[in-house]
Amino acid sequence: MLELKGITQIFGGVTALKDVSFSVNQGEITGVIGPNGAGKTTLFNIATGIYSQTSGQVIFEGRDISGLPAERLARLGMVRTFQNIELFGKMTVLENVMVGLHSRSSSGLFACSFKMPWAVREEQRIRDEAHQWLQFVGIDDLAQLEANNLPFGRGRLLEIARAMACNPRMILMDEPAAGLNSQETLGLAELIRRIRDRGITVVLVEHDMELVMDICDRIVVLNLGQKLTEGTPREIQDNPEVIAAYLGDDD
Amino acid sequence: MELSHQLLQYLLSGLSTGAIYALIGIGFSIIYNATGIINFAQGEFVMLGGMMTLFLLEALHLPLWAAVPLAVCIVTLVGLGFERLAIRPLRNASPISLVIITIGGAILIRGLAMLIWDKDTHAIPPFSGDEPIMLAGATLLPQHLWILGITVVLISLNKWFFNHTISGKAMRACSYNPRAAGLVGVDVRRMVLLSFMISAAMGSLAGIIVAPLTMTAYDVGIMLGLKGFCAAIIGGMSSGLSTVIGGLILGVLESMGAGLISSGYKDAIAFIILLLILFIRPQGLFGKPESERV
Repeated sequence: MLELKGITQIFGGVTALKDVSFSVNQGEITGVIGPNGAGKTTLFNIATGIYSQTSGQVIFEGRDISGLPAERLARLGMVRTFQNIELFGKMTVLENVMVGLHSRSSSGLFACSFKMPWAVREEQRIRDEAHQWLQFVGIDDLAQLEANNLPFGRGRLLEIARAMACNPRMILMDEPAAGLNSQETLGLAELIRRIRDRGITVVLVEHDMELVMDICDRIVVLNLGQKLTEGTPREIQDNPEVIAAYLGDDD
Repeated sequence: MELSHQLLQYLLSGLSTGAIYALIGIGFSIIYNATGIINFAQGEFVMLGGMMTLFLLEALHLPLWAAVPLAVCIVTLVGLGFERLAIRPLRNASPISLVIITIGGAILIRGLAMLIWDKDTHAIPPFSGDEPIMLAGATLLPQHLWILGITVVLISLNKWFFNHTISGKAMRACSYNPRAAGLVGVDVRRMVLLSFMISAAMGSLAGIIVAPLTMTAYDVGIMLGLKGFCAAIIGGMSSGLSTVIGGLILGVLESMGAGLISSGYKDAIAFIILLLILFIRPQGLFGKPESERV
């Protein structure tokens, strides 16, 4: 579904990524792991169009999406979340999700401004759907709160709800468990599984090994800007190279 | 005339001038919130509203009810063109460069208006006669009521748009966090374009409804624009009620100052308020200081 082909990224004289290739299968949860500085976030930013790679291709559903702006990607069905959650601070929780539904609203800007009864009906539909997504992540009781006042863990759930509202076929999460306590992380794991069960492909970059081993169907390991290996969680756990990369070589 | 009647008179005319400042100020705020730039061509949209209406009335002999909406539409298109030609090609320029470009744009529009029309001051006929209305010792012109009424309608529409339509919400989202807005599929550039069109429409209508009272000329945009800017600063660049109150406060203070002290100080009052706010409460009269949460 998503295919990275020979991605190389050079910042100044530093090679952050060197010829990294792997593909993500539809309907799976794929984890990208690696020690600090392995290039995970760089890879992520390339896949989601924030950086443009020095060379290589990003193919999403058979189409080269390298360098497309985020809003185009969202319309193509690929959304992402951030490590430092990015919300619309002064809007309510519900409105945050409603904005996510914007790109799918059938009435355009001008129809919205002029065809009042119709636009109002559509707004009601969008409002109901936004509530459903808040229920999906379990924060519907906070719908009227200003997003700035959400505790961090809830903010992350809201970001996921908003991403889901874009009706994506693939969702990329940058360290979704960062800053969450163990209880919240358990809830997140369960939520990510439910997202996959809806047929949405999930890619996550994550430090929390327990979470990654627990929920991922496949794992890609990066080290020093190159792909070390990929496989199922079991294969990764037993791979001596991975252990060496994380813990350092014995010799 | 008794003092209380005088005060009421100043208050009423101050409120109607203030309403105009509020409309212009909201135009500043909408563009500022969408793009982070102060559009100093805002005043020219106001001027174009008045001059275009005059042109349609006198040169094309259109009736008022047709000339006003047509003029608003034309100026809205000018706003669209301005964004396309002057702002969009330089998307990656720093806000300060863009602000300077809007100043250049303003000078250009003003110059063109002078060439196309003339340097004279013109009057638009009032919308419904000029029979004064007496109200508790103060006199009010029907045009004052038009100004207040149209302002209330426009501000309500504006509020409804931003709070209750999905496009309005998307525009607010862009102002809070353009990056996140892009991520969820909002086309930020389209929102910027829309902000220029809304601001141009509101500004032009402000220029049209005030023209029967204060006359219009190719250069009225400078002062009206600055007063609107002042209203927006008092309101903390909010596109909502704070800027409206900012405009009304400014209008009333100006009118009181002109009446009680000297009309020579009318403009000075606005700029003293502007400077005071910028020195003491740069976040606006009602705003809380910005604080970033990590």
